[in-house]
Amino acid sequence: MSVSRFWRKIPQRYNLIGTVCTTCGRHFYPPRSLCPDCRRGGKIIDHQFKGDGEVVTYTVIRTASDQFDSATPYVLAIVKLDEGPNLTAQIVCTPDEAHIGMRVKSVFRRIAADGESGVIHYGTKFVPAE
Amino acid sequence: MRDVAVIGVGCTEFGEHWSTSFRNLFVEAGALALEDAGVTGEQIDALYVGNMSAGRFVEQEHIGALIADYAGLASNHAASTRVEAACASGGLAFRQAVTAVASGMEDIVVAAGVEKMTDVGTGASVDTLAGAADREWEGFAGATFPGLYAMIANNYMHRYSLTREQLAQVAVKNHDNGVHNPIAQFRQRITIDTVLNSSLVADPLRLFDCSPITDGAAAVVVVPLERAREFTDSPVRVLASAQASDTIALHDRRDISTLDATVAAGRRAFAQAKLKHSDIDLVEVHDCFTIAEICAIEDLGFCAKGEAGKLTEEGVTALGGALPVNTSGGLKACGHPVGATGIKQIYEIVQQIRGEAGGRQVDANIGMAHNVGGTGATVVVHILGGC
Ligand SMILES: [Zn+2]
Repeated sequence: MSVSRFWRKIPQRYNLIGTVCTTCGRHFYPPRSLCPDCRRGGKIIDHQFKGDGEVVTYTVIRTASDQFDSATPYVLAIVKLDEGPNLTAQIVCTPDEAHIGMRVKSVFRRIAADGESGVIHYGTKFVPAE
Repeated sequence: MRDVAVIGVGCTEFGEHWSTSFRNLFVEAGALALEDAGVTGEQIDALYVGNMSAGRFVEQEHIGALIADYAGLASNHAASTRVEAACASGGLAFRQAVTAVASGMEDIVVAAGVEKMTDVGTGASVDTLAGAADREWEGFAGATFPGLYAMIANNYMHRYSLTREQLAQVAVKNHDNGVHNPIAQFRQRITIDTVLNSSLVADPLRLFDCSPITDGAAAVVVVPLERAREFTDSPVRVLASAQASDTIALHDRRDISTLDATVAAGRRAFAQAKLKHSDIDLVEVHDCFTIAEICAIEDLGFCAKGEAGKLTEEGVTALGGALPVNTSGGLKACGHPVGATGIKQIYEIVQQIRGEAGGRQVDANIGMAHNVGGTGATVVVHILGGC
């Protein structure tokens, strides 16, 4: 991922800030600026998620793109946040620990780096909360 | 709207083409299709070229013009357009060609698909393919394309009874079919043990659950049905052309292991063609991973959710079964040059309907092609039938 594209998203990635449609109450993470249900009738504002959730499904990535190659194997999951929305994130646990239905909480971690001396990307991962 | 027919098809061998360039792959497939159709270059009004990512695989953009030029069509200035919808680029190029002819805008149109993927290394191709999903919110977290389908598989296996062996049988069956296909990248049989002993790519998917990195091109020629017999005695009629979209990210889906775009496109196609499931003699589905074929059979409505594994195990989807699926060998055995796959599916259906499928021939008058972009954000379904 290019440096510019990464930096542009800093607030949302660092703080798990998404959005909520105050018209229908639906929460969005990743953030959306248009509610798919209310469309232009929806009023969207920022929302800070608590970071608690549950694993809907997961996998263990063993062949990665070059950027993540040195991190393999790693557990990747779709996490359902308690407020409603799903997101894709890594779980900091061993492949054996991961399971569907596992309770997790968000943490701020290093995600990847652009080579050995390149920019380090930080963002949200999850840890087991059981 | 005018009825549309396919009058000619052509396809390169799929595989690792170390000595053939991107443009030459297309020219080979295009020439075969024109020869098959009995059409000369000057007669072509327009081309639609399915291509996912020549910009990253071979660092070439402006594919529409490049293809028209090297097909020898620069001097007659045929309209040429690149169509991109990730792995559904080919199916969508075909749909654009059908739309152009049906509308009356064009008469003789080539729909093609081409991809050259082996010019970059594995890590780079994994990254390029990850661009078929949501780069900012899936790729950023380390999601790969096999990884996303692996999450579909785990979700599916958690909810429905599908055994690891049934999943492997999808690959075994498609390799069995590929043995009879001269364009297939892999023409050898494998066993369930071959799949289960292959290396893990993204749990629970192993190397032999995945379609490979492949180079290849395919092309077909479409004309108004009323003109088809000027060119051929065996035109194949387009009975339905349907397309649907869904969220780009897997995590935003209503149901992680149902591709709602497949459900929608399938329903639209059946409604357009005024056909029932039992009318379909064969289906080419988008088996980029073994789990994708299982989901496709169910999401197209050929059986209830959770039953496709059993159907596969019982041989219903094999060549001799009641519903042959992926007679070509599918993406698994043919290989998956992403932009070309959707056109290769049409190529296979046409060959089957014309009775030219050799050792993999089934009793075929009506066939369906199902082409998926990304993890299901774009789906294109076509139904074709003999005239
Ligand atoms: Zn709303």
